[in-house]
This record gives sequence, structure tokens and C-alpha cells, in this order.
Amino acid sequence: MENFNYHRPASVDDAVKALKGSADGKLMSGGMTLIPALKHGLAQPSDIIDLGGLKNAGISVGGTVVIKAGTIHAEVAGNADLRKAIPGLAALAGGIGDPHVRHKGTIGGSIANNDPAADYPSACLGLGATIHTNSRKIAADDFFTGMFSTALADGEVVTAVEFPIPKKCGYAKFPNPASLYAMVGVFAGQLADGSARVAVTGAGSGVFRVAGMEAALSKSFSAGALNGATVPSKDLNSDLHASAEYRAHLITVMAKRAVEAAK
Amino acid sequence: MDNGTGIGARVKRKEDQRFITGKGNYTDDINLPKQTFAYFVRSPHAHAEIKSIDTSHAAKMPGVVGVFTGEHVAEDKIGGLICGWMIHSKDGSPMKAGPHPILAVGKVRYVGDHVAVVIAETRDLAKAAAAAVEVHYHVLPHVVDVADAMGHKAQIHDVAPDNRVFNWSIGDEAATDAAFKRAAHVTKIDLVNNRLIPNAMEPRAAIGSYDTGTDAYTLYTTSQNPHVARLVISAFHGLAPEHKLRVIAPDVGGGFGSKIFIYAEEVVCAWASKRIGGRPIKWTAERNESFLADAHGRDHVTHAEMATDADGRIIGFKVHTKASLGAYLSTFSSCVPTYLYATLLSGQYAIPNIYAEVDAIYTNTAPVDAYRGAGRPEATYVVERIVETAARELKMDPAEFRRKNFVTQFPHQTPVIMCYDAGDYNASLDKAMEIADYKGFAARKAEAAKHGKLRGIGLSAYIEACGIAPSAAIGSLGAGVGLWESAEVRVNPVGTVEVLTGSHSHGQGHETTFAQLVSDRLGIDFNNVSIVHGDTDKVQFGMGTYGSRSGAVGMTAISKALDKIEAKAKKIAAAVMEASVDDIEFKNGTFAVKGTDKKMAFGEVALSAYVAHKFNSAEIEPGLKESAFHDPSNFVFPAGVHIAEVEIDTDTGVTSVVNYTAVDDFGNIINPMIVEGQVHGGIVQGIGQALYEGCVYDKQSGHLLTGSYMDYQMPRAADIPNLNLGFTCTPCPSNPLGMKGCGEAGAIASPAAVMNAVTDALNVKDVAMPATPHAVWKTLQPMKKAAE
Amino acid sequence: MPAISMKVNGQAVCGDVEGRTLLVEFIRDKLGLTGTHVGCDTSQCGACVVHVNGKAVKSCTALAIAHDGADVTTVEGLAQNGKLHPMQEAFRENHGLQCGFCTPGMIMAAVDMVNRLGKNLDDDTIRHELEGNICRCTGYQNIVAAVKAGAANM
Repeated sequence: MENFNYHRPASVDDAVKALKGSADGKLMSGGMTLIPALKHGLAQPSDIIDLGGLKNAGISVGGTVVIKAGTIHAEVAGNADLRKAIPGLAALAGGIGDPHVRHKGTIGGSIANNDPAADYPSACLGLGATIHTNSRKIAADDFFTGMFSTALADGEVVTAVEFPIPKKCGYAKFPNPASLYAMVGVFAGQLADGSARVAVTGAGSGVFRVAGMEAALSKSFSAGALNGATVPSKDLNSDLHASAEYRAHLITVMAKRAVEAAK
Repeated sequence: MDNGTGIGARVKRKEDQRFITGKGNYTDDINLPKQTFAYFVRSPHAHAEIKSIDTSHAAKMPGVVGVFTGEHVAEDKIGGLICGWMIHSKDGSPMKAGPHPILAVGKVRYVGDHVAVVIAETRDLAKAAAAAVEVHYHVLPHVVDVADAMGHKAQIHDVAPDNRVFNWSIGDEAATDAAFKRAAHVTKIDLVNNRLIPNAMEPRAAIGSYDTGTDAYTLYTTSQNPHVARLVISAFHGLAPEHKLRVIAPDVGGGFGSKIFIYAEEVVCAWASKRIGGRPIKWTAERNESFLADAHGRDHVTHAEMATDADGRIIGFKVHTKASLGAYLSTFSSCVPTYLYATLLSGQYAIPNIYAEVDAIYTNTAPVDAYRGAGRPEATYVVERIVETAARELKMDPAEFRRKNFVTQFPHQTPVIMCYDAGDYNASLDKAMEIADYKGFAARKAEAAKHGKLRGIGLSAYIEACGIAPSAAIGSLGAGVGLWESAEVRVNPVGTVEVLTGSHSHGQGHETTFAQLVSDRLGIDFNNVSIVHGDTDKVQFGMGTYGSRSGAVGMTAISKALDKIEAKAKKIAAAVMEASVDDIEFKNGTFAVKGTDKKMAFGEVALSAYVAHKFNSAEIEPGLKESAFHDPSNFVFPAGVHIAEVEIDTDTGVTSVVNYTAVDDFGNIINPMIVEGQVHGGIVQGIGQALYEGCVYDKQSGHLLTGSYMDYQMPRAADIPNLNLGFTCTPCPSNPLGMKGCGEAGAIASPAAVMNAVTDALNVKDVAMPATPHAVWKTLQPMKKAAE
Repeated sequence: MPAISMKVNGQAVCGDVEGRTLLVEFIRDKLGLTGTHVGCDTSQCGACVVHVNGKAVKSCTALAIAHDGADVTTVEGLAQNGKLHPMQEAFRENHGLQCGFCTPGMIMAAVDMVNRLGKNLDDDTIRHELEGNICRCTGYQNIVAAVKAGAANM
């Protein structure tokens, strides 16, 4: 792969400085998506700014759950307090990639990259999370703006993700059989006020909510409430592994399974 | 002798110590002084004329040592890649082999075709410079699907205007037609045998090194048959005479056929080393290159018809197959859809009339050649799918329909060359049905239905021909080489033994099983035997490992050499003990004089052989070293019955193999532990073919869509159930050890078993492999609509 | 080129790397520890798994320079004082390998699995936990048996 300058700043400010001082710099967290992209020449940055030196990891559970951006998936999956507070989120993290990937990949990296087949964006949207950056707080509804794109401005760095504690939530993933990324992943959450959120990943150009299902689940948070609920296939992905119609069908199946799995 | 390491013992493998401690020695682990690195410029087009190649920018890039194209190859008169098996068409014309240069000349014919090579100080520098090689292409029409290719406007080789390599047939067409005329029932089926990408976990690699002092080449390469590689590179590429070319295949990380063939990259590394003044050149495939440029497998489209009489007996079988050979004829490609395929179309059944016709076809895809099973999985798939379908149509139990048609008398001459020598197909069927609890299936199906799952069961009564092969026989069928095997047994003065074999182990455990044979025969400690293979400077010649031949052919060669060792050792023992050689008995490692208490241990005889004080060296030569070449008198015919049970989740279309039983007859077994491992691996590759793995080229662009593990689904641990194995045994009469072959059986049997189960669960005639969730879901849709 | 240092299999090592040098390249090419393998380029096969600070990671998807100061264990570092690690022993005893290429990654993944989940592992757990490691030879059955046995002996 092409070479690059490597930086490992100790503070967010230094990271931003390094980013701004580079011709075409790129932030790296766990590197689980970026390094393969570098290998295949899909990204050829002049500089890599490794956020690993920030030591910005950890989970605090209070009125909300705050997960610092550099927290690895394995930590989210295994954190005892989080498993009590939002078990559906911990379960999602425990199903990302494989055990080795979960030792490297971080929540901040995942959501800043916003891969359309990533798992975390669905949890952020499905729980109405708030993304903390070095300059502001952004509602998940405003954060994910499309395939590999977010509301992050130049020089803006995700520092943490704050999740409200729901009554219950669950995630069901139909993995792409080859890559194991989500081909269709549905996160269903019943929030503290009883309202429901349903967010879908893997199926479209980016994570999205399903209003019809949310309305049905807000009335009754049960799989049965989703009988007859469908998502139009028009804007869904169609590829080697699944047609848009099949993905649309799987959204309903996975939504029901997510609700059934909800804790 | 039974010392726990002899024939039949579950001996732990000798080779494991190095592999579990990270001390394996694979090609990419080897680094030679002053080594450089190669990176290949590959075609981005499925079919294009090369208008020009400008290497001037690349040559000036940092660290670049050389940039070479087909022109340089031609300057040095290095020949192209060959196909070593001549097939003649029905009309008598020879197959139409287009040129296959090691670096493209004039044209590229598939995405990934090798166009130029850049040699540089590091891998990264070579890759960067390769991106700077400017190739100007004129894109031509292309065709990637075998079903579309014959007569397509994309003409791939001048020599084959309709893209057809040959139109070959076997069997008696008139007699078969006549049988169909008197049939009570005819079953018809159209089948696709999906194209697969082998994916040995070790990517191919090579290090070529030219020594200016000796004018000799050394090539380290990931090969299943280093001697064949040397022969071809020497005799056909014309790189160097054999005594000036050493080929070493060190530890090789899996082959499955894909490392049999001679590939452009390894020849280029050896050749170009001289061009750069003798510095070694290393090339290691990136996985994406393995996907693009390893020889692929299968890729057949078949129409088959089976005629049965009123009594449910098969009286005729007709098959027409279109087989893609890719854009070029790889080393053994032409024999795969012909003699390794259609000769097995009789299956385990007494079918009096068979006729098969095969069109081998060029497509703008990677070459297709032997992949685990090579032709026999394709044959088994056709036979076992149509047999199952016929049984369903005749409303007979599929097991009973098979039983009714089994060959039961041996030897049995089929109408398609093969003469089955031994077997007991009923025994395998009985045992498989018992292990699989065939009788209990209906209850399991009902139970699954309660949970919303469709459960299906499928049988596959396979036979294969391996242990290839009698040289004269295959010579008469077009093979360019003989397929004997060699062995040399060297007894050291202290009685330890080195065996040099022409077989090559790349996972099969020869270091262990071959040592078991020697230990058993000579009555010496298993740890005092070492097996040497994979180096043309050590082993005189050999034909390598593929086609499940190393036991039946390779070990028989060792066995013959051991006979000679024993004979000579007896002479020496007789001389030393002053007895008649006829009175010497050899048992448990001891030479004894019959009727006396005089005896000598094997080691003592070995020492005597080398000390040479106590016999007349005018009559008996000193030393104890013997060699043998074994040419088999027949193929061997492993056979068995596999039974798969699947459950289908109708919500998602996901098919799970929930129960899998395999009963195999491999004749006598040297090491059951290793044989079971071979069966496990083969079955899982076959389950992969049935449910997961499908190589897809994009019709429009000609690009490989399944070019990485992101899109090509490899079987993973969680996809697979525990497999239930059983064995039956009819010893093979054509070799002294009574062995058949076990390396491919699993991959041969399992796709048909799984797909018979899937179609049973869905109650449909066919679902195309791989039966992915998407494909199954699509199949379910009309049924769901009908049910609503 | 920047110099980095780390502890590999208990030994202090150092070397010059480029930014792009992968951890696996540092281990194989600079340190000559060729037991760690590269089987793919999309971070899926797991032949490259090593332990970094006690946790299994894919060394093909890690920059060497980012591991300055890390404590790395490769398959060569498992055996202690000439005695095989129980997981290595279990792979041999259960014929959990054939060609051996995926084996180092499998063993390192298996040891990590036990470190995280304990010694009593059932088949389903083992199969699920091996999702990041691909083997083409064994059909996994004997790998599962090996991991189970190795776990019990750890």
C-alpha cells in the first residue's frame, strides 16, 4: 500500500492540528475498516492520525450511558454495568465482526465511518443517541447523512456516544453470508417514554428509521404488532447476495426477531 | 507388527510439531539473500487487444530492478503454458489449444490475465511501479457464461472460431437411443455445476533464483508436484535442461488441485531472475490474485436423461455437458470434463447403455482445471441428482431405487471404460441408513414442521476412480505423461530409514502414514523413519499428489521398494549367519534362521550391509538402498453412501445442514485419524459448493464479482454440524496394500446429498447451487403465494 | 524511518518501520517469526492472529508503528521451556490441523477464546467464536475437538 505520515497525538486538539496540517489526512481509530481500504488503495491519505494515543476509552452508566469514542467493541459487549442498563446494545457489540475485530474496532470509528453495513449506527438511531464531538453534541437523527457520510465537519472528532436508557431494546442481524457484515440489521428500541424506534442497517445506502414499524411498536412493543408491516424495496440495495425485495422481506423478519430478542 | 504406530493405528502426525509451533516452512517464509519482489500487472478487461505497453515510467520508479513484458519472454524464446492431455473430438480432430504465453502477447482474455511483471526491492515498491505501467487496450466483446459462449461474437482464440475446444463423446449412442425407445419412463433434468474458486489457505507463491556461477536455476514454489513442474518448465518452456533446474515445493498450505498446475507467475520468477543478473525474485499472491488467477473448478451446464423400464431398472443414460475451460487450457484441464468425468457416469449402478457428449468451451474467465474431485464430483452430481429424481418420479423410495440398480457382481465393466474391481454398495447403504436413522426421518420432519422448518433428506451413493493411473491406459486416452509413482528407501548403517517419495504432502500427512508403512514392514521404530519429498534434487522423479493417488500408487511404490530391501537384507543376513537365504524368516524386525535360535535385528543387518565384512561383495553389493517405480494396473474405486439432512428456515431462506452421515469404503486404511480428517474436509468443501460457494463473473463487465472473502462465502465453523462417519471395507485387489483413496470422496459425494435434501425439503425438482438463502427464498415465494 | 520497540514473546525487540508497515510484516519480515501467516487481504481468514497485550488481534489489520511499546505474543511464544502449550498439544492430539497454514491463527484464537470465556466450552460456542478464522482442510470438526480439549487442559 501507499505510504503515509503517521501521527499519534495525545490530545484531541493535537489530533485536529495534525489533521489540519496535513495535505489529505485521515483519522484512524481501530483501523478495522481503514486499514483494509488502505491495502486496496481505496484510501490513499497523505497522513494517518491515529486516535489510539488519546486513551479515550471507557463506559459510564448513570442516567444515561456514555461510551467514550475509543472504547472497543469487546469492552462494550462485556461491560457488566452496560449489560444491565442496555443489554441489547451490549449484545449488538458482541456480534460485530469477529472476536479479533472486537479487540480493535471502536464505537467512535464505527459511527464516524458510517459504513452502510455497520451495526452501531442502527443502535444510535434506534435508541436516539447523542453523538458528542470536540465541538458539539449531535442527535443521531442528524448525524448519519448517507453512505459513509456524517454531519461531522472538517476537524470535528467524535469523542463519545451517549445513549438514553430504554425500557428494552434488541438487535437482529442477517449477516452477509460471506463478509458477515449486516446484509440486513434491525435495531428495535422501546424508549423510556414507551415510544418505539426502529432503525435498519445494511439494507440501504445508509442507516434509516421505519416510521410505520415505530408507530406499530409504540402501540404494542411485540413481534405480533409487526404483522403486515413492510418496507418498500424501492430504495434498498440489490446485489449479488440479496435483491432489494429480499432485503425488504428480511427487514420485517429481522424487526420481529429484534423485538423478540429485546431485553 | 502392532507397536501402536503400524498400519491401521491412529498415529499422531509427525509433521504437526513444526506446524503448531510456527516452524512450518512455506514458500513465503523463505527469504534468499539479495531477494527482490515481483508484482504482476494484470488485465482489467475480460477481453482486449493490447495496443501498446509503456513501461518507461514504471522502470524509473524507486527501487525498480526490472520491468518485463511478453516481448522479453519472446526474445528469450520461453515457451507458453501447455495443456498436457490431448483430447480428440468426435470427428477425430485434435482439441483447439490457443496460445498461452506466460506474459500476454497481443491480447488479454480474462480479468487477471498476466500482462507484465515489475521486479523491485520491496513488495510495496513493485506494486507501486506496477500501477505506473501504462497499457493501452482496445476492448473486445467478451463472454463469461459457458451456456452463452459457443458461437458467441466474442472469439477468444483464433484457432477456435466458435469458442469450442472440443466436442467429445463416450459410449454407444445408437444403443442408448434404442434403450430410450423401449423405456417405460424417462427422467429429465437440467443441472448447473457451479464454478468454484479453490482457496487453499496458503496463497500461491514462488521464488525464482538463477545462479550465474553454475548456470542453474532454483525455483521454490507452492506445488503439489514439483517434478512435473520441472519437466514442463524444462521441456516446454525451455528455461533450462532438467539437471540445471531444481524445483522445491517446501511446506505447502493446501492444494485441492489448484497447485498441480504450472502457472505463469512461477515460470516468470525463475526466468526473470537471470534477466536481473541472478538476484532471486519472490512473488506471493495477494488473496485477490488467488481469486482472479488460480485455476477455478467445475463450471458445467448439463442436460441429462435417464431411461427406466417398467420394473424400475435403469436401462439407459444420456448426458450432454457444456464445460467451461476458461480463457486458456490449463495443465490438465482437458481431461477433467472428459476422462475424469464421463467415465464415472455409471455411478454405482449397472447401467447397460450410456452415452455422453461434452462440449468444452472457452470463456473470458480464469482457466478451469482440476479442483478436489476433478470431474468426479460433477459426474456424481449428475448421476445422484437424476437417480433421486427418477425415484421420486417413480414413487419409489430413493434408497430402494438405488438398491435395485446397484452393481453387485465384480469385476463389473461399465459402458464407459471403467472396470469396477471390488465393492459392496449395499453394505455402505445399510450402514449409512442405520447411522443416519433413515427410518426416523419422517418423525424428525414432522417435528421440524412444528417449528416452521422444512426438513429434507438426501442420499448420494457415489463412486469415484482415483489412484490415477495405469500409464499405458491413460496414454491411449491422450495423457502426455505416465502416472506411476517412484520411491527410494535408504537404510542407514544404524538401521534408520529415509524414504524418498515422488508424492507430495500438503496436508495429507504423508510423513506419518508413509512412516507407518515402513515401520510396520521393517519392524522398526516409527521415529526412526523419515520421509523426504518435494525437492527435485533429492527425489529423482515423481508425479506428485492429486487424484487421491498417494496411498494407492505412492505407497505401493514404497512397498515394492521395501520388498527389495527385505530381499537384499535376507541375503545379507543369510551370509552373515551362514545359512541359506531360503531359511531366513523376517518378522517383527528380526531376521531368523528357521529352526535355529540364530537371529539378527534389522539394524544389525543394516550395519553389516555397510560394513561389508561378512559377505562376498562380488555376489552381494554393499549398502542397503532400493528404489521402485510403481505403475498401477487399474484405477481404484472408493465408493460409499452419504446422507444429508437439512432444515430450511422459511422466514429467511437459510438452509442448515442438521445431520450428515458418510459411510465410505476406502479399502484398507493406514491411519483412520488422518482418513477421517480427509473425509471431514472434503464433505465441508462439498457443503460449501452446495450451499455457499459460487464464483460469479459479471456478464456486462466480465469482472469477477466474487473476488474476495467479502463476496465469496467460505464455509466457517458455525456453518457445519458434527459429521457422522462410518466405514466399510472391500480391499482393493489391484495393489498389495488393498488401499483405495480418501482425499476427494467427501467433496465428490456431498453436493448431491445436500441438494437432494434441499430439493426434498422444498419439494421441487431443482434449486441451482449454491442454494443460498436468497435463492431458497426466491424458490419459496411462489409456494407461499399459492398457499395464501 | 521511525524506530519502534516492543516486547515479542517476552523478548525486547526494535526495528525501523514505515507508517504503512503492518504488524504482521514487522513480525514476519523484520523479526523473522514466520509462524504468523497472511492468508487474505480483507481481514477475514485469521491466519495472522497474534495476541497484543493479551488479546487476539489480526496482525494484518494493524499498523506496526501503532504498536510501539506493545506486548505481543505469536505462536512461537506459546511453548514454554520446550513444553508445548496445552492448546498446541490438543491440536496435535485431535488432528486439528492438516496443511498447517491456518493453524497458528487458530491456536492463538483458541487460547484467546479460553482466556475470555473459560475452560468449559461447548461445541456451539467454539464454532461461533471461530467466525474470524477460516480453515479449508479440516472441515473444522477436529479443530472444535482440539479447542475443547485444549481449553480443558489450560
